[in-house]
Amino acid sequence: MKETKAATGPIIQVKELVKQFGAFTAVDHITFEVQKGEIFGFLGANGAGKTTAIRMLCGLLEPTSGALQVAGYDGYHQREAIKRNIGYMSQKFSLYEDLTVYENFRLYGGIYDIPRKERIRKTDELLKKLHLEESRDKLVGGLPLGWKQKLAFSLALFHQPAVVFLDEPSGGVDPLTRRTFWDLIYEAAHHGITIFVTTHYMDEAEYCNRVAIMSEGKIVALDTPAALKAKYQTESMDGVFLKIARNKE
Amino acid sequence: MNQLLGFVKKEFTHIFRDSRTMIILFGIPIIQLMLFGYVITTEIKDARIAILDHSNDNVTRELTNKILSSGYFRLEDNLQNEHQIDPIFKKGDVKQVIVYEKDFAQKLEREGKANIQVIADASDPNTAQMLYNYTNGIVQDYTKKKYAGFAIPVQIKSEVRMLYNENMVGAFMYVPGTMALILMLISAMMTSITIAREKEMGTMEILLVSPLKASHIILGKVAPYLLLSIIDAVVVVLLGNMVFGVPIRGSIVVLAFLVVLYITMALSLGILISTVANSQQVALFISGFALMLPTMLLSGFIFPIENMPVPLQILSNLMPPRWFIDALKQVMLKGNGLEYIWPNILILCTMTVFFLALSIKKFRFRLE
Repeated sequence: MKETKAATGPIIQVKELVKQFGAFTAVDHITFEVQKGEIFGFLGANGAGKTTAIRMLCGLLEPTSGALQVAGYDGYHQREAIKRNIGYMSQKFSLYEDLTVYENFRLYGGIYDIPRKERIRKTDELLKKLHLEESRDKLVGGLPLGWKQKLAFSLALFHQPAVVFLDEPSGGVDPLTRRTFWDLIYEAAHHGITIFVTTHYMDEAEYCNRVAIMSEGKIVALDTPAALKAKYQTESMDGVFLKIARNKE
Repeated sequence: MNQLLGFVKKEFTHIFRDSRTMIILFGIPIIQLMLFGYVITTEIKDARIAILDHSNDNVTRELTNKILSSGYFRLEDNLQNEHQIDPIFKKGDVKQVIVYEKDFAQKLEREGKANIQVIADASDPNTAQMLYNYTNGIVQDYTKKKYAGFAIPVQIKSEVRMLYNENMVGAFMYVPGTMALILMLISAMMTSITIAREKEMGTMEILLVSPLKASHIILGKVAPYLLLSIIDAVVVVLLGNMVFGVPIRGSIVVLAFLVVLYITMALSLGILISTVANSQQVALFISGFALMLPTMLLSGFIFPIENMPVPLQILSNLMPPRWFIDALKQVMLKGNGLEYIWPNILILCTMTVFFLALSIKKFRFRLE
């Protein structure tokens, strides 16, 4: 069940993908590929179509037209298989606050059908790695935000997905915590997990291998942060973002 | 299956860990039942009356004794003349005044009839009517017994008998109503709030992205409340039976079926509300106003439907508790079976299907 098809080649393949709601086109013929182990940044203002695109990639929405493959599964007919092979972390760190750390792991293990023994072994391992052993039986609601963030990320990776989607994973977290959080992301990518991340923070955009910028349903720029900065002749991703916005006007 | 079990387990943990939820689930039903059973009672007990006896003979004295020993009335004052009647009512000291005419016993013997005037404080019409009925009943009973041997003046008199609830015990009316209210509260309100909470906390997103099927998510959220509602229903029926003596004359199986059907209906209503409400507050507001008030006011729980203005009577047809309370009374008090309550069952089934279908439609729409 855990095997992912297409061990070689891109892990996410999107070609001319369109999503329409009635007369409104939320996602307008976007095309891109994400390689295994890549950290792929997905930027754009609110309402640019980011959320709709991610929902299609996660198997929550059926595309209107175009081709979509995630972890080797088709975005039209194999959405359930996609769901089993991806992880997802929302901007609210969505953990159950009235459950203990351990109970949250147990719940995820149940939802993703991880055998009991394996679940217990992996939970202990992860708690040790995150230095959360002492908080094992504490309610999540009482933990500091940074810990919740790490915990949410670990849970999203708990069932060893091929791709993990991080929807603005650093909201409300201070830059230092953000930095240590990104260490975790790099580590996961190093182990071959593909990271697909949306963000508002331009310092985070700099950490990505490649970045796509969306505007009005289209991808208006896609390259490494260095190449984008060179192309738009600025020092930072902030500048890239501003220049793209200005060009539009 | 494993996935679902883990999910249900987690839902129970939420419930047992939150003391407020536990109070709503197990404290409120008992408190409410006791309140409705004891405090908001429509029974007459020790109602204060005054007597103006112009005759003061052995018959009137006997009659007065009988009235006062019934347990329904307590003598507040013996009046001397008509002028005292108005002030005593105005002061609110008494609810009813009984006036015997002059030469009561003589008239009764000679003409075969004598007059008693019953004056009641009708600022509370229900009570007034009931006091009058009680008084009348006692007087009728007295004459019947005393003049049983006299066949000559055959008097035709109307006799009211309160079927199924001979003593007009208020609890008979309030237990089914309370049950409807409590089950609505727990099933619809708690379900809508708990689903809204998942949305508010963002955990719903996580669940939707997971391999859990949408139907499993809903089932997992609803199943614990179904179980707890059934427990509450059993508690209410048992308390009603043991504390207030509300009988269960009909079949237990029919009763159980009816209760489970009503709970299912309320749960589907809760799901429907949660598809609209994105926060716990909104869910609480909608279920509080849109469910509780109509359940109390328009279902015949407190106010008889026949006495409502026609538009409200029509509106009451749309209230699920109305059909439940009616069927519940039939089963518990009259001992009626499915052959009598099938229309109610059919209506409740239709409502359940309607709410569920609408929820599914709304749920899909949200996902789009």
